[in-house]
Amino acid sequence: MAALSNHPLSREQAKVMNRFDITKRLVGLLKADEAVVGGIGYTNFDLWAASGGRQPQFYMLGSMGLAVPIALGVAIAQPARRVFALEGDGSVLMQLGSLSTVAARAVRNLCVVIMDNGAYQITGGQQTMTAQGADIVGIARASGIAQSAWAADEDAFVELAGRALKEDGPWLIGARIGAEKPVDTTERNPARIRDGFMRGLGVRR
Amino acid sequence: MTWYEIVRDVLKRHDVSLVTYVPDNVLRPLIEAVHADPFFDAFACTREEEALGIVSGAWMGGKRGILLMQTSGFATLPNVIASLAVPFSIPVLMMVSERGTLGEFNIGQSLVARTMRPVLDALAVEHHTMTRLDEVEFIVDRSIVQAVATMAPVCFILSPLLTGGKVFAK
Repeated sequence: MAALSNHPLSREQAKVMNRFDITKRLVGLLKADEAVVGGIGYTNFDLWAASGGRQPQFYMLGSMGLAVPIALGVAIAQPARRVFALEGDGSVLMQLGSLSTVAARAVRNLCVVIMDNGAYQITGGQQTMTAQGADIVGIARASGIAQSAWAADEDAFVELAGRALKEDGPWLIGARIGAEKPVDTTERNPARIRDGFMRGLGVRR
Repeated sequence: MTWYEIVRDVLKRHDVSLVTYVPDNVLRPLIEAVHADPFFDAFACTREEEALGIVSGAWMGGKRGILLMQTSGFATLPNVIASLAVPFSIPVLMMVSERGTLGEFNIGQSLVARTMRPVLDALAVEHHTMTRLDEVEFIVDRSIVQAVATMAPVCFILSPLLTGGKVFAK
């Protein structure tokens, strides 16, 4: 896409960033009532660590690969609200079809952020396919999400996330990250997570 | 009224407007009925797990939904029912067209079908097999009320006795 031509063409050209640092930057951009859905693993843990109890945010405890579908469901239910899905490379590789569903639904209020370290880090760092040639941004574009881009560096990440907050989506932002340990661990209480999320969404009072 | 017209009308009455599905021949008239009605937002997904995730997110966002699939598709769902719908108390409505019995011609379908009810029972998910036209409205109506009130998923199984099933294709 021409408007995104200043961003790297491939995964190899993107800077390896720190997961917690860019999650913190993303959360810092959220000024209103944007919803965030965190997939499993360290993506989830650092979202928890970076958010200070912010709502509405949903933290999966299993169901690997479903951050994008859950976020899509929220985006369909509440079209006036911006929704972010934070997902890891291993997770999104499990549910690549969901990217074509996002494209087909043409949801204007959804942004998918892929934290790509090329590894199943929480299980010991085994390589995923993104470390062996698969390019999630390329896959997303070919799935029909035209506004898909690698973040060249931290400033580019903030710029892309800022555009996703203002301009019609769907968006997909690829963020290369390193192998740092997460800063904290998400509280594993599904009833509390769901209730807090729904209250944050204005569905429960 | 046909079974699928009854289901469509009960879904409308309960404000279940989102329909995600992986298609099936037996479900085809219901899928066509919801596509033909502007009340519904209906679309196919690439996998049943994805369809369940979308309905779950939509419910948390205040929109009720149901996912439609066939028996073999249900067999891909145990992990997400056990780690998303049940522990998070999300009343996911599921409707499965039953293959694998009463004249099945595909051995794969007949084998995988045997896993469906044991999985539902193991996860303590309410399920009802609908065999007669006169019980469809009562079962779907009451079960949606219960699912919403108790925040628990429910699975409706469409028996070939109700739908005619899928007959041997030469």
